[in-house]
Amino acid sequence: MSVLSIKDLHATFPTPLGDLRAVRGINLDVEASELMGVVGESGSGKSVTFLAAMGLLPAKARVTGSVTIDGQELIGASAKTIRSVRGKSMSMIFQDPLSALNPVHRVGDQIVEMIQAHSSATDADAWKRAIELLDIVGIPQPDERASQYPHEFSGGMRQRVVIAMAIANDPKVLIADEPTTALDVTVQAQILEVIQRIQDRFRTAVVLITHDLGVIARVAHRVNVLYAGRNVERASVDDLFNQPSHPYTQGLLASLPHEGQSRLTPISGFPPNMLTPPPGCGFAPRCAFVSPECESAIPDMRAFGTSATACIRAESVELKVSGGGTRG
Amino acid sequence: MAELLKVEGLVKNFELRANSGIRRSKRIVQAVSDVSFSVGRGETLGIVGESGSGKTTVGRCVMGLLDPTSGSIMFDGNDITKLSFEEMRVLRRRLQIVFQDPFASLDPKMTIGASIAEPLVVQEVSGDHDERVAEMLNLVGLAPDHAKRFPHEFSGGQRQRVGIARALALDPDLIVLDEPVSALDVSIQAGVVNLFADLQERLGMSYIFIAHDLSVVRHIAHNVAVMYLGRIVEIGKKEEIYTNPRHPYTKALLSAVPLPNPTVERTRRRIMLEGDVPSPVDPPSGCRFRTRCWKATDKCASETPQLAAVGAGQSVACHFPE
Repeated sequence: MSVLSIKDLHATFPTPLGDLRAVRGINLDVEASELMGVVGESGSGKSVTFLAAMGLLPAKARVTGSVTIDGQELIGASAKTIRSVRGKSMSMIFQDPLSALNPVHRVGDQIVEMIQAHSSATDADAWKRAIELLDIVGIPQPDERASQYPHEFSGGMRQRVVIAMAIANDPKVLIADEPTTALDVTVQAQILEVIQRIQDRFRTAVVLITHDLGVIARVAHRVNVLYAGRNVERASVDDLFNQPSHPYTQGLLASLPHEGQSRLTPISGFPPNMLTPPPGCGFAPRCAFVSPECESAIPDMRAFGTSATACIRAESVELKVSGGGTRG
Repeated sequence: MAELLKVEGLVKNFELRANSGIRRSKRIVQAVSDVSFSVGRGETLGIVGESGSGKTTVGRCVMGLLDPTSGSIMFDGNDITKLSFEEMRVLRRRLQIVFQDPFASLDPKMTIGASIAEPLVVQEVSGDHDERVAEMLNLVGLAPDHAKRFPHEFSGGQRQRVGIARALALDPDLIVLDEPVSALDVSIQAGVVNLFADLQERLGMSYIFIAHDLSVVRHIAHNVAVMYLGRIVEIGKKEEIYTNPRHPYTKALLSAVPLPNPTVERTRRRIMLEGDVPSPVDPPSGCRFRTRCWKATDKCASETPQLAAVGAGQSVACHFPE
């Protein structure tokens, strides 16, 4: 059974120019102890989806649909219920670890605060646990480091502290939103390893939100691709890279530099304005395989081989791909 | 290929003045230390490195936006570190820069036509500026009637094209591209990278392409310099650097980049570096990479390795190259 289940989620922001429809019917299931990758470019709705799930969107945002964690409904739930879930069964880390830490408190105290928000642990026990958590995320001399302040840590070490806070209450789901985007590539490799180790050791379900297909290829088991606030493809990591079914996924993979290629292959055009999203498939205006039906109705996800796709023309698209080949 | 730019022994230190209570200490950030390289006409040098490696500082020194602490920067026979303000102003016509953030680098209150024409005004170029602006917009794949619009009417990729059009307006010989595509989504990035390649083929200018994304640099550069904590640790022909890296840091850096291929990712061997890049305020003695290097010995702490040729078109600064 899936531990986190998102069904027909919509999130709309009223703006002076009209309603901005950031998320338009996202469906997504995360199984226990899997590492689910969520890929999309800016404006695809990947962050908004999970901020909505965590109850972190501003009050003016209109959110409808269903988000359940272990069967418990979160959309429309009381603030008290959401507080009891957030940081306990589900926690989230972000791109910038510095903004997630309070500069005037010792990091150990910040982890203690997280522990005591959801349990009646004594100060001494919580402190001991904080040191243990710092050790789990690979911070050397955790007992000394617990007494230091965020500015005394490097970028990579801060992200480890934030991860320690996020796993303090043994969450069922850890949502990591671009956790390595602000980090250097050698440090990124370390943080990805920490996330994988935690996922493996505690059987935590991890949702990794990223725009980096290399990161997805390295750590994800299954992948959801989002575009213009909708799901466009869901596949195992191997299927996604070896036989992408949706023209957007194909275009994304083809636009990456490949060895020995003289010219790159961009996707023409740019993502739609979400104040006035296209009436049909969100990708239709940029799609090389577009047909009139694509522009009239929003396509739903359907089974396609071992994956799921939102492209109504996936069969004919596949033919063209196997003829031309998208991988360099 | 004839040399257009030759940088020798470039050093740039920044003073940090920390007035912390009683003691006034002066600390020095050694952003760039003894960096030498050259760029030929019509050639692209990629500079890669992590944050704090000094790659952006090198670019700014070459542009004359920062005064080097020491060293020489010969641009087509002139040492730009010795030029007067007026001489530099004239020379700047041939040196341009494109910045990372296409949102911050355009004045929101100026039409993009006015932004592109501004260098022509500053350099007192005679002739029809409107015509030149239209020509530049065409060159970067925008429409001439876009000139009347404002930056907020454009997407990130289009704004970056405006920034490129502005850099091209004076027909420069060298353009410093400082992370020019890292703020763009991958599907958009590919089009801008193609544009750089097309422009170079048509106009023959040289590029210094500064980036942390190694796969983009591999695609566009002819030569690559790998920087670590203010020094070049390895420099040479792109093929050599990527297929046969000799410096342990280059090896580790290449192995850390996640590749978009799950099969390869599962089987490839990774060199996991420990810790972060040390502070450039107090860099390690000798080889600056030694604190994270698995091959370091006492010699690495006492003697600074100098760049030395290790084959055709490749130099490495390491006592124990791979």
